[in-house]
Amino acid sequence: MTKNEALVKYCLRLGDSSLILGQRMAEWCSNGPVLEEDIAMSNIGLDLFGQSRTMLTYAGEIEGKDRTENDFAFKRLEREFFNNLMSERPNGHFGDTVVRNLFLSAHTYHLYKKLSSSSDNTIAAFAAKSLKEVTYHLRHSAEWVVRLGDGTKESHSKTQQSVNDLWEYTADLFAMNEVDELLIKENIAIDLNEIKPLWDNTINEVLERATLTRPEDSFMQKGSLNGMHSEALGHLLTEMQFLPRAYPDAKW
Amino acid sequence: MSNTDSQGPIWEVFIQSKPGLAHKHVGNLHAADKEMALQNARDLYTRRQEGTCIWVVPFEAIVSSTPEDDEAFFEPSNDKAYRTPIHYVMPEGAKHI
Repeated sequence: MTKNEALVKYCLRLGDSSLILGQRMAEWCSNGPVLEEDIAMSNIGLDLFGQSRTMLTYAGEIEGKDRTENDFAFKRLEREFFNNLMSERPNGHFGDTVVRNLFLSAHTYHLYKKLSSSSDNTIAAFAAKSLKEVTYHLRHSAEWVVRLGDGTKESHSKTQQSVNDLWEYTADLFAMNEVDELLIKENIAIDLNEIKPLWDNTINEVLERATLTRPEDSFMQKGSLNGMHSEALGHLLTEMQFLPRAYPDAKW
Repeated sequence: MSNTDSQGPIWEVFIQSKPGLAHKHVGNLHAADKEMALQNARDLYTRRQEGTCIWVVPFEAIVSSTPEDDEAFFEPSNDKAYRTPIHYVMPEGAKHI
């Protein structure tokens, strides 16, 4: 694997994770529990789409095969997506969504902080700009997890269930392969082993405030590095890619 | 607007557009507590660079005059134009006084 091949994969991982979570947040549009949250979640989705555009465009530039951000988003199949498994988890109820977003935004928050000093200028600039957005996403999801966890008996038990159900997808956020190995040597990528303790601290802190219990690691799902996804991604792509597939020359 | 519907209390939102300027009322929203009110205000009212500072105030904390107060509060000033500095001659060259 050449450095450029690794870099394309790395950009797709970052870009795809933002894209797929963005699509999940877009699914909340007009379905939010209250008007304020409907707008908040749609806004978060738009932030994420903006982030993914930067990374997918950059992946296309490095790859050098004239693939655009739209080609990457709309003309790939499930196995060609490298988003982490957590980002494709269905929205479920509002508690499921904010717990998933907490796990993800705590991850990108610490990752982008370090990536903003990557030796790759485009990635460093992307991370510095995105950090401001994910700082808010983390605050939004964490404050909701605290309120639901430390809320009523019912909201507490539902949110604890969300944490338990999503826990098995947390290990995939820290999986690495030869792409990371190669890019860490070049000071482009960040060793995710450095991110894990930071993520643990943030999650432990929020769960404690929320009076929720951190689950024990048991069977943990993995596979996103090889494009192995859950059934949920296919359904998501069917909806997301419908228009450009049905009307390939559509302009919008 | 009812203050007791199921979406939580109402908060009035004030945005300061530039440092030094007064906070201006922009609208209201629902939120269960102050932190959520602040976050919602950020999401609802500052997406297009509207401001540099947000205040959220519980609707209940605002005391408003009522139409019945109009006569006593506002009408006495109707015939006292001398309270407004409109009779001064502007010095030549002064644009902002």
